[in-house]
Amino acid sequence: MNSSLIVVEILVGLLGLGVLLADLWLPARNRRQLGWAAALGVGIIFFVSLKDAAEVTYAFTAPGAKTGMFVQDSLAVFFKQFFLLAALVVILMAVEYSDRFATGVSEYFSLILFALLGMLFTASTNDFTLMFASLELITITFVILNSFQRDRASSIEAGVKYLILGGTSSAIMVFGIALVFGSAGTTNFNEIAAAQKTLATSPVFLTGLLFVLGGLLFKIAAFPFQIWAPDVYQGSPAPSTAFLAVGSKAAGIVLLLRVLFSAVPAITAQWHHLFAGIAAITILYGSLCAIPQRSIKRLMGYSSIANAGFLLLGIAAVSKAGATGIIYYIAGYLFTVLAAFTVISVILARTESDDISSLSGLARRSPGLAAGLTLAMASLAGIPPLAGFVGKFLLLKAIIPLGAQDPVYYGLLAVAVIGVVISIYYYFGVIRAIYWGGKPTDLTPIPTSWGVRGALLLCVIGIFWLGVMPDTLIQISTPAVEVLRPELPLGLQAKP
Amino acid sequence: MSLTSTLLLTPFLTAFLVLLVPGNYRLVIRALALLGSMVTAVLGMAVFIHFDPAGAPYQFESLATWVSSSVLRINYHVGVDGIAAAMLLVTALVGFAAVAVSWEIEHQTKLFYILLLVMIGGALGAFASLDLFFFYFFNELALVPTFIMIGVWGHGEERTYAAFKITMYLTAGAMVALAGLIGLYTLSGASSLDLIELQKQLAKAPLSATSQKILFPCLLFGFGTLVGLFPFHSWAPQGYGCAPAATAMMHAGILKKAGLFAILRVALPLMPEGVAMWTPVLAILCVGNLLHCGFVALRQKDLNLLIGNSSLAHMGFAFLGIASLTVVGLTGTVLVMFSHALLAALSFALSGWIRRQTGTLEMAKMGGLLQRMPFIGSVLTLCFLAGCGVPGFANFAGEIAVMFGSWKALPWVVVAAAWGGLIIGGVYMLRALRAVLHGKAREELSTVIDAPNLWRKLPFVLLAAGLLLFGFFPGAITRRVAPAVNRIAELARPVAKPAAAVTAAVATPAKPAAN
Repeated sequence: MNSSLIVVEILVGLLGLGVLLADLWLPARNRRQLGWAAALGVGIIFFVSLKDAAEVTYAFTAPGAKTGMFVQDSLAVFFKQFFLLAALVVILMAVEYSDRFATGVSEYFSLILFALLGMLFTASTNDFTLMFASLELITITFVILNSFQRDRASSIEAGVKYLILGGTSSAIMVFGIALVFGSAGTTNFNEIAAAQKTLATSPVFLTGLLFVLGGLLFKIAAFPFQIWAPDVYQGSPAPSTAFLAVGSKAAGIVLLLRVLFSAVPAITAQWHHLFAGIAAITILYGSLCAIPQRSIKRLMGYSSIANAGFLLLGIAAVSKAGATGIIYYIAGYLFTVLAAFTVISVILARTESDDISSLSGLARRSPGLAAGLTLAMASLAGIPPLAGFVGKFLLLKAIIPLGAQDPVYYGLLAVAVIGVVISIYYYFGVIRAIYWGGKPTDLTPIPTSWGVRGALLLCVIGIFWLGVMPDTLIQISTPAVEVLRPELPLGLQAKP
Repeated sequence: MSLTSTLLLTPFLTAFLVLLVPGNYRLVIRALALLGSMVTAVLGMAVFIHFDPAGAPYQFESLATWVSSSVLRINYHVGVDGIAAAMLLVTALVGFAAVAVSWEIEHQTKLFYILLLVMIGGALGAFASLDLFFFYFFNELALVPTFIMIGVWGHGEERTYAAFKITMYLTAGAMVALAGLIGLYTLSGASSLDLIELQKQLAKAPLSATSQKILFPCLLFGFGTLVGLFPFHSWAPQGYGCAPAATAMMHAGILKKAGLFAILRVALPLMPEGVAMWTPVLAILCVGNLLHCGFVALRQKDLNLLIGNSSLAHMGFAFLGIASLTVVGLTGTVLVMFSHALLAALSFALSGWIRRQTGTLEMAKMGGLLQRMPFIGSVLTLCFLAGCGVPGFANFAGEIAVMFGSWKALPWVVVAAAWGGLIIGGVYMLRALRAVLHGKAREELSTVIDAPNLWRKLPFVLLAAGLLLFGFFPGAITRRVAPAVNRIAELARPVAKPAAAVTAAVATPAKPAAN
């Protein structure tokens, strides 16, 4: 096997073990510094990963087989860079937040790295077994990351809820994988793709696929597997929530893209109304439930559900244009949500309450943090010139031409428009709290470290970059999308 | 770099420079913002004066590829036709006036000026864009600034509600319009959202009648909401009532017109079948603006709500001109857009001064103000007379052209317009003048002062002078907009099916005639 293919994964694994070991020799007061070292390490690995895969190569191949469990292609490289960037910002956030942890700061850093390792493997997954293994690595580390504030009941509650619901969804998924293997005789995506015409008529296979989808929809918090998100988002420590919102969701998305657009595109085409329905309900559920929220983290939980719905618009479009939209949207979501959580975690590290009113007076206390959070909220609401707008533009552009042939897509468009209008209410509610909400009790500036300022600046630059100069990312994502083979349903064409 | 690009860049560059100044240097911030908007105003005038009506349809163009890939092509394409030249001029003037009247902003000055400059730059960008992606992009730039400005520097208990209402209405309108634009882009088969390319593509292969009938109302009602088309108008008076003067001036004066501008430039010329089906609906709805909003204005006790509702009533004239589809009517619409921008900006600037001095806008609590503030009072009289359509002001020229242009096709609507705009308008405007300026001077208002020096008077003088100047010489505008309006009227006329008729004639070269 060509081990250079998994060099990024090996380095991240070693870095995680290194952090864990260094903990044994470092005095307790210096453990926070380990976070800087971990961030530096991830930064270096990010630059190592900046090498596009010129061609599709496989690793972990069975003897004599042309394909393997692990694939290195442009899509994988894109998402690996995505995950490394997310982990970098989350670690910087965690250094700032680490005062809130009673013990085990360095374990927290190494757990982030292990979750990152799982995410890196999902990006290259080409087999249902590797998919399950990498997802379990993510799920189990997140159980610990979510319950890390052991002195707070809500954090323990978040961990337990994630454990039970995540465990259930994993069980459903592994059952589905068993059915898939039982009917197809293989778990490899390429081999299934080659046999999908016959498999599409097998009820056992379709049932298995549906169960697998359930597990993936759980990961991205889409209807009907979205119940856990608000509770877990609210209870977890802010950096864990951020990583859950960005990393875990993107892992689910890359797997959905691989399974639906590479392994079983013909079946996806048959199910396009199912995905349209799930997308519509998810958007409406997330948007409507976000309206009455008072906790900023819970609000982000519902916003995350609504955004899962928007991402599913691209799946419902069953086209490369849809996949481009998804990739653009999730990249914008990375910078936007991380910017929001960087500010939120700085503020929450200093107050007990996570009520939106704890943001009041932020514009006068720290104009920089206020501007960062405002830009993040405006980008989530899809306002130009920010990243969220271009993402929504591309997704709408993918579904509108289908509407002329299938009115279901006009319905989906209407739901998306309604979702955006509702989302203005709750995102701008946060902006209101920043600028003129309530009577601020404390007007002293919030001290921030250089790491956090750097992370916030990076995210804000990312938000503007994707909003003003869409060209670069579209060029980068073009080869990544070329890997996928979506098939349009019968009777629909990309351009009428 | 073309003149247009320089014009667009100036406010954004100024906003960036203001960002670099420390927040407590208030004088520097204000001076910088004034200087930047003054340069913008001069550049706006230069564009208007140098625009040559006999020249190319789009002048001062710049074109650069922004995004070029298989999934999306976007050009940075700016340029002006006559309509855009007029709107850029008025935007730059109102922008300068809005900065000039903002001396009253005392806290978080830096943030205020940055937001205001972004608003000005966005409005200029919307009028100058020839690529529809950029049009939308620039138009939406004002959304977040408006929200924050109403909330932070606005007045009244209701301002949070008003800020949410204006933002959600505008987003709903903009999203519907965006869906229409994307539909136009994907269904036309054009390779980009460049307006000129779309025009060429659709002239060759028009959209199917069904598509046009679905897409046209998306654009009409989407952009119409941004203008305050009845029944999607209720955000406007309340939003403007609570907004600080500069925001209301920019929004009521300028940003509303971007919606009309888009209907004129995008919806009308590209989809003749849609126009034929939906303009009768528009003609009925504009009666709602003219009469309903006029009657609502009649009942107002608050000066700002009165101005807000009267401004909606004036938008009825603009919609009527569009519904007429005649050259005269469309020219009237452009004149109304131009003159109402000055009128609305002047009204809100004056009401801002009055609120600042008296601490209220309730007309019952005012009276006799003309004695204490002769300058402001006189300008208010001028302004309200212009508002009821007295000849000599630019509004008269626009409204009369709209009525002449639509008389033939829509006589009853013209009657409603004359009744609503001129009679009802006259009643509420004159009643407001009496309540505010005349009568016995109140004791508790003895401390109010007039605009003390030339510097404070400048923004009012500038806007009032614009109203008078173009009232006497509307030809300066009509001459410039004539080619663009002729083109729009030509393309939008529902009877004309030029492409199909001409190709049919060419394909069957006059067989009966040969016999």
